[in-house]
Amino acid sequence: MAQGTLVASRESHARGWRGIGWGFVVKLVLMAVVNALGVAAILAAWQAESWVVLGAMAALLAVADGVYFSRRALPLKYLLPGLAFLAVFQVFVLGYTAYVAFTNYGTGHAGSMGQAVEAALIQDERRDPDSPTYPLAIVERDGELGLAIVDADGDVRAGTATSPLETVGGASLGSSGAPETVPGWTVVPRADVLTDSALQEEIAALRVAVSVDPEDGSVRTREGSTGAVYTSSLAWDEQSQTFTDAETGTVYEPSDDGRFVAADGSALPTGWYVGVGFDNFVRAVTDARLAGPLLQVTLWTFAFAILTVLTSFGLGLLFAIIYNDPRVRGRKVLRTLMILPYAFPAFMSALLWRGMLNSEFGVVNDLFFFGAEINWLGDPVLAKLAVLWVNLWLSYPYWFLVCTGALQALPADTLEAATIDGAGRWRRFRSIVLPLLLVSTAPLAISSFAFNFNNFTIIYMLSGGGPAFVGNSGLGATDILISAIYQISGVSGGAADYGLASALSIVVFVVIGVISALAFRQTRKLEEFQ
Amino acid sequence: MRTQMGFAGLVAASALVLAGCGGSGDTTSGEEPAEGGASSDAELVVWTDEEREEAIAAAAEQFETDTGATVTLVQKNFEDLRNDFIAQVPTGEGPDITVGAHDWLGALVTAGVVDTIDLGDAGSDFEPVALEAMTYDGQLYALPYSLETVALIQNVDLVGDETPATWDDLVQSAADAGAERPIAVNTAGETGDAYTMYGLQTSFGAPVFVQDDTGSYTTEVGMGGANGEAFAQWLHDNGTAGTGYISTTVDYDINNELFDSGQTPYTIQGPWAMSAFADVPNIAVGPIPSAGGEPAAPFVGVQGFYLSSQSENALLAQEFLVNYLGTEDAQRALYEADPRIPAFSSLAEEVSSDPIIAGFVASSQNGVPMPSIPEMGSVWDLWNAAEVQIIGGADPASTWSQMVSDLEAELG
Repeated sequence: MAQGTLVASRESHARGWRGIGWGFVVKLVLMAVVNALGVAAILAAWQAESWVVLGAMAALLAVADGVYFSRRALPLKYLLPGLAFLAVFQVFVLGYTAYVAFTNYGTGHAGSMGQAVEAALIQDERRDPDSPTYPLAIVERDGELGLAIVDADGDVRAGTATSPLETVGGASLGSSGAPETVPGWTVVPRADVLTDSALQEEIAALRVAVSVDPEDGSVRTREGSTGAVYTSSLAWDEQSQTFTDAETGTVYEPSDDGRFVAADGSALPTGWYVGVGFDNFVRAVTDARLAGPLLQVTLWTFAFAILTVLTSFGLGLLFAIIYNDPRVRGRKVLRTLMILPYAFPAFMSALLWRGMLNSEFGVVNDLFFFGAEINWLGDPVLAKLAVLWVNLWLSYPYWFLVCTGALQALPADTLEAATIDGAGRWRRFRSIVLPLLLVSTAPLAISSFAFNFNNFTIIYMLSGGGPAFVGNSGLGATDILISAIYQISGVSGGAADYGLASALSIVVFVVIGVISALAFRQTRKLEEFQ
Repeated sequence: MRTQMGFAGLVAASALVLAGCGGSGDTTSGEEPAEGGASSDAELVVWTDEEREEAIAAAAEQFETDTGATVTLVQKNFEDLRNDFIAQVPTGEGPDITVGAHDWLGALVTAGVVDTIDLGDAGSDFEPVALEAMTYDGQLYALPYSLETVALIQNVDLVGDETPATWDDLVQSAADAGAERPIAVNTAGETGDAYTMYGLQTSFGAPVFVQDDTGSYTTEVGMGGANGEAFAQWLHDNGTAGTGYISTTVDYDINNELFDSGQTPYTIQGPWAMSAFADVPNIAVGPIPSAGGEPAAPFVGVQGFYLSSQSENALLAQEFLVNYLGTEDAQRALYEADPRIPAFSSLAEEVSSDPIIAGFVASSQNGVPMPSIPEMGSVWDLWNAAEVQIIGGADPASTWSQMVSDLEAELG
C-alpha cells in the first residue's frame, strides 16, 4: 500500500511543470518559429485560394499550439511530430491517391468543366484567313472599353463589345500607325494596358463585331497593338450546358466521362475530370488488353520478390557463416570488400550490368560464355534470370551484413551445450543457428520482400520491363507491378491515365499490406525459440 | 492544387519537426517558387530549361525596359515541363509561357492548357515545316524556334564525303572501305527505336499515320499493307537472321562508340550526338539514303514556346512571344545559346554556311513533323517492340501486321 501512494505522488516526467525556466524559453522561441511558418503557409494558401490546405494548416497549427502550451496534453508533445508526419506523408498521400483512383484524371481530363469550356472556345475561334492585320488602339467611352482600328482604307473605326465598329472622323494616327487620338473616345495608353492584369483580361476577352451581321466575325487583339477579324462557330449555352456548332448544327452534350460528345459520337478534344466510381478497378481486371499481361506481371512480381529475398538471404547467410569463422584470415578486409556492391548506387549498377549483359559487346558473354551471343535481355526467360542475378548481386551484401551481426549475437553457451550434447555441424545449424537467426532477420526479410515488390529502379534501369509481350499492352516480360503501373500511367509517353494508375497503386498497396501483416503474424511463432 | 497541398504539407511538417525535436533550423523556405501571379503588377512567368535560360533572359531584359513588366524565368528539367505544365496550368499555378516540344501539342490541347497564338504577318519568317508542326487542327499553338532531325553522318576519311543515295550504295561503299560493319543504327538496345529508323521506313512509303490534304495527321495508321510489310521484310533481312547490319545490341552509347572509333563509317544520328564524335576529324552530314526506293523522310522535331490558356497576362505574353522572342535577334540569341537548326528561315540560311548544319538542314527539308496526337505515346511502345522482334528474327509479315492491327485497336 505504501508503495502505491509513493508512485501516485510522483508525477510523470512528461507532466512535470517547474515554472518558467530555460526550457520554457527555448520552447517559446521554437513555437514562435512554428507559428510564423504556419501563418505564412496559411496566408500563402489564402492567396492561392486553396481552402482545403488553409483549413488543414489552421487545424494543424491550432493543435500544435494546444499541445505545446496546455498542461493536459503535454504527453502528446512526443507524439505530435510523428503523427503530423504520418498525416502529411502517409495518410494524405494515400487519401489523395485513393481519390484520384475514383476519377478519370489524366490526359484529356486534366482540368475542370469550366476550363474545358474555355479551351473549346479558344480552340474554335479562328482568324479569318482573309483578314489583314489592323493597327489598333484600346479606347474607352463612358467607362466602356472598346477597340479602334485603322482599316485598309486608312479610316479609323471604333466599337465596343455591344456596338459594332463605326467609322470615326477626325482621328489622328501615331508613329506606329495605330490611332493616337479618337474623337469621342479616350485612348488608353499602352503602358497602362501592359501593366494592369485586370485590364488585360478585359481586353483579351473583348470582341468587337465588324458589323451587325455576326457572320462577318469580330475584331480581337492578341497583344493590344494590332487586331484581326476572328470567327467562331461554337456557341456555349450556359442554361443547357451544351455547345452548338453554328455551321453544322451539331450539338455537343456533356457525357458521364467528362467530355463534350455529339450524337454521332464525335467529341471535342478537351475534357474535364469526373468521378468514375469503380471503373478504373473494373478496367484493370476486365480490359482484355490489360488483364492478361497484368496477370503475368503479377505472377512475375511475386516470383521476383520472393526469389530475390530467398537467393540474396541464402547467399548473404552463406558468406556470413564463412567469413565469421575465426580461422579465416583478414576477415575485416574481406568483409569490407564484400559490402562493395551495396555501396554503389543501385541505378548505376543496373546500367553497368545492362552494358555488361549486351549480347554482342558485353563482357559477360565474352569472358564467361566464350563469346557466344546469348541475348540476355532480349529473351523472356533469360531476361528474368538476368534481373534476378543482378538483384542478387545488389542485395546479398545487405544480408551478409545483417547475418554477420546476428551470428555474432548468438549465445555461445547454447551452441556449446549443443556440441556437448553431440550435435553435428548441420544439426546445430538447422536446430539452433537458423531459428535464432530468423527471430531477428525474419522481419527484415518481410520488409525486403515489400521493397523488392516495388523495386522500380532495377527493372527500369536494367531491362526497362522488356522484352515486350506480343500485343498492345505496352508491358513486357520483366515488368513488375510498379513498373507496369508507370507504363500504364503513360507519364513518359503522351497519354497519361493517372486514374487507372492510382487504382492499381491502391491494389498493390493492399496486396503488400495484407502479405506483410500475415507474414508478421507468422514471425511471432519464431519468437518461441528464444 | 496537388503541388500546393504537398508544399504546404512540407511546411507544416518542417514546422512541427522544429517544434517537436527542437532540432536544427533547416527548413524549406516559405515561398512558392512559381507563383502564377495573383498580384496586380504585371508579371510573366516563363518556364525554361537550362540551355535556353540565358537567351530568354536577354530578350526579357529589353521587354522589361520597354513595357515595365517583370519577367520571371523558372528553370526546370526539359523532360518535366510537359507533365508539370498539364498538371499546374488548370490549378492556376502554371506559368504564362513554357518552352516545349511540338509532339506534346496533342496532349496539351486535349488537356486544354494551351492558347492559340497569332503570328500575323511574321508567320512567313518561319520554316513551313516548323509552323506545320506547331499547328493542331488548323490552329497555331506555339512560336517555333528550332528544328531537329536525324541525318546520315559519315566518316570522310573512310568513305569520302559523297552521301550515298541508296542503302545498297551505302553498304557497297562501306565494304569498299573495308569497314567492320557498314553502319551503326541505334535501336536503343532491346527497347527499339522507331524514331531513328523512320527515315528508312518512309523510303518504303509506309508513314506512321496518313496525312490529310493540309498535312495534318489523321489517326488512320499508314504503316500497314504491302509497303509496310516490304519494310518489315527489309528489316528482317538486315537483322540478326539476315546480314546482321542492324542489331538490337546497339544502343545510343554503343552506336556513338562504333562510329567514333572508326569501326563503322556511317551512322544515323541527330545533331545532339555530334559531341560524341570527337575522334573523327572529318565528318560529313547528309540526307538519309533510301532503302525502299522513295525518298527517306525522317521525323522532324520542333521546339517552341507555348502560351498558357489560363494566363492572367495574355496580352503581355503574346506581345513577349511574337514581338520579342519572334524577332531575328532573339532567335539568333537562342541559336547561340543552344545550337539547333533555327526555325527562323533567314537564320537557318545564315547558319547553313556550316556544312554540318547544312547537312542536317537538308535532311530536315525531306522530313515530316513527328505526329503530335496524344495517342503517339502508345504507338511508340508497340512500334518499337515490333521492330525489335523483327530485327531479332521474328516473322516479319505477321509481326508487322499484328502490330498494325493492335495499333488500330488501340486508337479505336
